[in-house]
Amino acid sequence: MLELRRVTAGYGAFTALWDVSLTVAAGEAVAVVGPNGAGKTTLMRVISGLVPTRGGELVFEGTPLTGRRAHQIVAHGIAHVPEGRRIFPGLTVAENLKMGAFLPPARRVYRQSVERVYGLFPVLAERRAQRAGSLSGGEQQMLAIGRALMSRPKLILLDEPSMGLAPVMVFRLFDLIRRVRAEGYTILVVEQNVRQVLKLVDRAYLLEVGRIRMEGRAESLGEQDFVRKAYMGL
Amino acid sequence: MDPIFLVEAAINGILLGGVLAVLALGLNLIFGVLDIVWIAYVDLVMLAMYAFYFMVQGHGWSVWLAGPVTLVVGALLGIAVHLLIISPILTSAPINQLLATGGLLFFLQSFATFLWTTDHRSVRLSLPSVEIGGIFLPFTRVIPFAISILAMLALYLFLRHTYIGTAIRAVSQDRDAMALMGADPQRVYVVTSAVGGAMAGLAATLLSFQYSVHPFFGGQFGPLTFMICVLGGLGNMVGAFVASFVMSEIIAIGGVMFSTEMGYVIAFVVFIVMMFARPGGILARRE
Repeated sequence: MLELRRVTAGYGAFTALWDVSLTVAAGEAVAVVGPNGAGKTTLMRVISGLVPTRGGELVFEGTPLTGRRAHQIVAHGIAHVPEGRRIFPGLTVAENLKMGAFLPPARRVYRQSVERVYGLFPVLAERRAQRAGSLSGGEQQMLAIGRALMSRPKLILLDEPSMGLAPVMVFRLFDLIRRVRAEGYTILVVEQNVRQVLKLVDRAYLLEVGRIRMEGRAESLGEQDFVRKAYMGL
Repeated sequence: MDPIFLVEAAINGILLGGVLAVLALGLNLIFGVLDIVWIAYVDLVMLAMYAFYFMVQGHGWSVWLAGPVTLVVGALLGIAVHLLIISPILTSAPINQLLATGGLLFFLQSFATFLWTTDHRSVRLSLPSVEIGGIFLPFTRVIPFAISILAMLALYLFLRHTYIGTAIRAVSQDRDAMALMGADPQRVYVVTSAVGGAMAGLAATLLSFQYSVHPFFGGQFGPLTFMICVLGGLGNMVGAFVASFVMSEIIAIGGVMFSTEMGYVIAFVVFIVMMFARPGGILARRE
């Protein structure tokens, strides 16, 4: 479904990703793990078009997307839930969801989409008229995911969904992501919380200083001594 | 002094405040979304006033036709300013952006002087006044006020209830996130500039009811408009609305108690004092 071939990208004189190749098949859940500064967020921003590639190719469902800008990439069915949630704090919950359905094809099915999101996250329905900035961290994360679902994506990019959440909320959130997955969405997730995320996904990539170090089934990666010691604190 | 004069001044202040609020909301909308202050904003109003003048006086159009056309002229001017001046320097240092729109101000003033000389031109609308309890309300002020309020209501509904209007507010809060929703930020900027320009065009028509136009008209309302935006909190629409009436009241009441000039002096002093007391604007939340 998604394929990155030897992608290089960076900011100014700094190169954050070197020759990164990665695939995600339809229906799969894939994680990218690695230490801070490994380039995980840059990788997500490259896929959604916020950061341009300097080399390599980005292909989604057979369509080359290399060089497309962010607003064009959403239209192809990739929704990005960015690091730090990035909801619109001054807009209401309902308005945030409306913005998720900004593109005309999504607008046409707005009613069904919003009912589906409220079904998945009932707390958002309760708070629909409230300013999004007044929600708790966990609710804001649900809103960010709900807003992404409003565009009717095929692939969802989740960047550090558990960041800044209380441990109890992290558990609940991973449960909710499981439910989103069960709805048939393909997921690519970046997480610091390696132990949790490996239970959620099928496969994982290990990214270190801008390069893919390792790739494999989630269970087998979790059993590698080096991964356990370095990232899972075992 | 007869208290009736004060009441009349207060009412005149409210009537002037409506038109000032249209100017302030237009400028503030653009600032809120693009983070750039169009120093030449009221000079665009000046251009649109000339357009209105030539339509009415030159071609004998009715004001009801010339008014909406002037609004469209304003919108087109807004788009032109964005595409020709703002868009190429969108990522430059703020000081360069300020200098560029400041340069536009001098260009427009000089160019208008070159084309139309420094003559004051007026559409000279003769409208009656109504008298309510000894207070005379001239229609040349009542009508612009009523249209201002309707226009601001329309702007509110646009920003609140349409997809593109909500997107304009969203972009002002997080530009990248709105790109992730599928909105081309460049397109949102053009729409915002068009709406801001349309507000300038509308203000041009309304100001033409009372004021004559000349190339330096911008100097009369430009600083005041900018001051209102800062006082209300740059980018804060409700703040700008409130600040418009605060300022117009000070000018109107100061005007009858002392002199028109003194009214402006008091307004600027209040502004400076307020900037020390509440630098984030009158509606800013205290830290």
